[in-house]
Amino acid sequence: MSVGPAAEPAAPTTWQRFRQHRMALVGTVVLGLLLTVVLLGPLIWSVPIDTIDFRARLALPSAAHPLGTDDLGQDLLARLLYGGRVSLAVGLCAMLVAVVIGTLIGAIAGMSRGPLDAFLMWVTDLFLALPTLPLLLLIIYLFRDALTGLVGPEVGVFVLIIAVVGGLRWMPVARLVRAQFLTIREREFVEAARALGASRLRQVVQHILPNALGPVIVVGTISVAEAIIAESTLSFLGLGFPPDTPTWGRILFDAKDFLSIAPHWALFPGLAIFLTVLSINFIGDGLRDALDPRKVR
Amino acid sequence: MTAPLLSVRDLTKTFPTRSGMFSRNKLAVHAVDGVSFDIGQGQTLGVVGESGCGKSTTGRCILRLIEPSGGSVVFDGKDVLALDAKGQQALRRDMQIIFQDPFASLNPRMTVGAIVAEAMTIHGLGADAADRRARVATLLARVGLKPEHMGRYPHEFSGGQRQRIGIARALAVEPKLIVCDEAVSALDVSVQAQVLNLLKDLQDELGLAYMFIAHDLSVVENVSDRIAVMYLGRVVEIADAADLYARPQHPYTEALLSAIPIPEPGRRKTRRKLEGEMPNPITPPGGCHFHTRCPIRKLPLCATERPEMKPCSAGHMVACHLRG
Amino acid sequence: MTGTPLLEIQDLHTSFRTDGGTVRSVRGVSLTVAKGETVALVGESGCGKSVTAHSVLKLIPMPPGEITAGRILWQGRDLVPLPPREMNRIRAREIAIIFQEPMTALNPVYSVGEQIAEVVRLQMRLGRRAAMDRAVEMLDLVGIPDARRRVGDFPHQFSGGMRQRVMIAMALSCEPQLLIADEPTTALDVTIQAQILDLLEEMKERLGMAILLITHDMGVVAEAAQRAVVMYAGRVIEEGAVDRLFTEPAHPYTRGLIRSIPRLDGGLGRHGRLQTIPGSIPSQYADPAGCHFAPRCPLAQADCLAAQPAMSGPDPDHLYACFHSPLEAPAP
Repeated sequence: MSVGPAAEPAAPTTWQRFRQHRMALVGTVVLGLLLTVVLLGPLIWSVPIDTIDFRARLALPSAAHPLGTDDLGQDLLARLLYGGRVSLAVGLCAMLVAVVIGTLIGAIAGMSRGPLDAFLMWVTDLFLALPTLPLLLLIIYLFRDALTGLVGPEVGVFVLIIAVVGGLRWMPVARLVRAQFLTIREREFVEAARALGASRLRQVVQHILPNALGPVIVVGTISVAEAIIAESTLSFLGLGFPPDTPTWGRILFDAKDFLSIAPHWALFPGLAIFLTVLSINFIGDGLRDALDPRKVR
Repeated sequence: MTAPLLSVRDLTKTFPTRSGMFSRNKLAVHAVDGVSFDIGQGQTLGVVGESGCGKSTTGRCILRLIEPSGGSVVFDGKDVLALDAKGQQALRRDMQIIFQDPFASLNPRMTVGAIVAEAMTIHGLGADAADRRARVATLLARVGLKPEHMGRYPHEFSGGQRQRIGIARALAVEPKLIVCDEAVSALDVSVQAQVLNLLKDLQDELGLAYMFIAHDLSVVENVSDRIAVMYLGRVVEIADAADLYARPQHPYTEALLSAIPIPEPGRRKTRRKLEGEMPNPITPPGGCHFHTRCPIRKLPLCATERPEMKPCSAGHMVACHLRG
Repeated sequence: MTGTPLLEIQDLHTSFRTDGGTVRSVRGVSLTVAKGETVALVGESGCGKSVTAHSVLKLIPMPPGEITAGRILWQGRDLVPLPPREMNRIRAREIAIIFQEPMTALNPVYSVGEQIAEVVRLQMRLGRRAAMDRAVEMLDLVGIPDARRRVGDFPHQFSGGMRQRVMIAMALSCEPQLLIADEPTTALDVTIQAQILDLLEEMKERLGMAILLITHDMGVVAEAAQRAVVMYAGRVIEEGAVDRLFTEPAHPYTRGLIRSIPRLDGGLGRHGRLQTIPGSIPSQYADPAGCHFAPRCPLAQADCLAAQPAMSGPDPDHLYACFHSPLEAPAP
């Protein structure tokens, strides 16, 4: 005698489930467009980003300057396209750093009972309690010159910023992963894996981690937005990229004093950040659902 | 008589607990407190008791999913508690477990095929992926599912079907003993009967031994050769199934038997009602644990002296000062 | 039966909208509960017995749930169109309910006394002091030892069985005429289950109320109920006096259900086989034209797949929904 779900179509694959998530698809398309524009745009729109033209100061969008200019008469489209590379790279890489460190520490803490767990959580709490700004100042002051000397000013600052932004944002991920691990490791299917002789690594990789990932993805996508904003804060304090490197956050900050006279200056970088963050959040939601076979829509 | 497949002697397991948040003195729960029994090749031992009696902990200690605090477990001539990592891995092939909750015991993110095949991967069974696939198909068919179900996820199946998947997973390593931990308790009665029949068929076919843990005596009677009744971490009575039902000796066994609602309206029986509830296992009553609820207790003997297991007839042991 | 029954459900339909489509959990259930009797509503998981019971008190989440058709007559008055305000007046005071899981049904941050007193104050408009006295009285009534002292204890300080007693005390504190007991003993150990069943019986006799007992356990039905209503896939498929139902079950499903219970004295032993009902319950989205049980039924014929059998039977006190019930065949 055979029983079971019979004449129904086979279970949808991860990609099929992702495709059914309409907003995630839209997000993917938007993010894809942003990436393409940012990567290929500067090749097509070859206006230099630093040509100062005081006659065209704070110009509204026109044929010569499709997105207008800033207070030095620099072309905003060119600056946005160039800055997008930096901002997107910083956001995505810093998120990866935060998620990887957080998952690693959370997983180790969640799997080890006792002193190691307590120690790791103590470190996490310590990082959460640290005053971020003075610490940033200190780190950058200590390491900027060494790194720029090693790999050049652009790459050096980039690595430093990613390390700092990502390195100070892993704590929520770690706490979340640990909490997930603590509940999932007690579930019967993990015990069943142990009974089958699965190694600890296998238990984690095959059984616990996939079931813990959903909320981590959501937190990760939120941290992309935070990283983009954090980079601009650093730039604003003179700790990030040099002032002539036009990242989105930097442009936004520069524009804030001219909001009443030249709103377009703030509008476009703001829109770019907004679109990026929103589409990544939708992709995150879609990914979370797509990775969960129980979700049928 | 040949040596039994599994021989458990004086098994104990204590869990440390603290009595209060700021209290220094650590207390221990004696979840399993000196349990002994044997299971022969191809035999079924039913283990019955109410929640908190230590029956599940006993099962997990034998598999070393929980490390026992003391006692000995000998399986197939090997001292299970002395095994190193390698020996333990080998043991996993001989002993398996089926869980109570068919919704919690299957990884929701793995397909049925992957769940059943995992054990083969771990133990390097099967020549290649194709061979393992063929074995999974055979196993699924054996437990009453279709090979086509391999690509599906657990949530697409009903409770009874999931329990079949769990059985197929346990069978994948060709074990000699399966611990069935309340394996049918969560199932509806018609499905429960199907799964019980499946377990019986598999036993006859593959010569499996079962340790069948349940809280329901009526289920256990229908699958067991021998039955052990547990109360607060101790075995209070152990006997052949038919003998236990026909001549229960321990007053707790009698109460358990009489508490089962009988599905015959005319036969509303005079219950031997148990007073009170299970005592707190952190501070169990002294002497015989059962004396606080026992209808035939004799004080002060029962409150001060722990009754030892003693034979009352062939193959029938009971731990009671007043019986046997 | 004399006069109007206490509760009369007529052709109740309750549905839930889900991502996967509409689930018709209850598909035309009719049943009555008379004053002072215990009626068991029996069936396996997913048969709609709980949804039926929760529909009576309109405790199903709406949306996604909805009572799409039917009437629920409480002492002749239809509860379905009743506004929430009036419904609240009936809950607890006239119809009370206890749940399977007494831990989750009690609020962990209030003492059990406060929780009972709150119900009493709300429904019976008693003062604080009087309500607390009532709480003690109720705890004492349901057999909680030393009630005056324990009234200030919190739910986690009680064991499972004692918590269920607290739930019963709370449900009975306003002296309802009907108690809906939704799997009240399923989460309890067998010796405690026996105590709770006895308590319900005793309370019923003392307070003269009726009980609608939701259960999946035929043993509990046999011990605790006078009449039973058997459900399968959202429908009632058989109902009648418990004695009749067990001695001459008419519907093949009821027969299968009774036969698949493992018996203590079945003499089956380890090598005997239990009788089963082949297959499994239909998908909750399924909507066949014929009898829902037909795919698993040993007696099914072509007509079973074409139309749904109505409830009928030679004896009005024992009805069943089957075209080919062995009861109708001439005795061999």
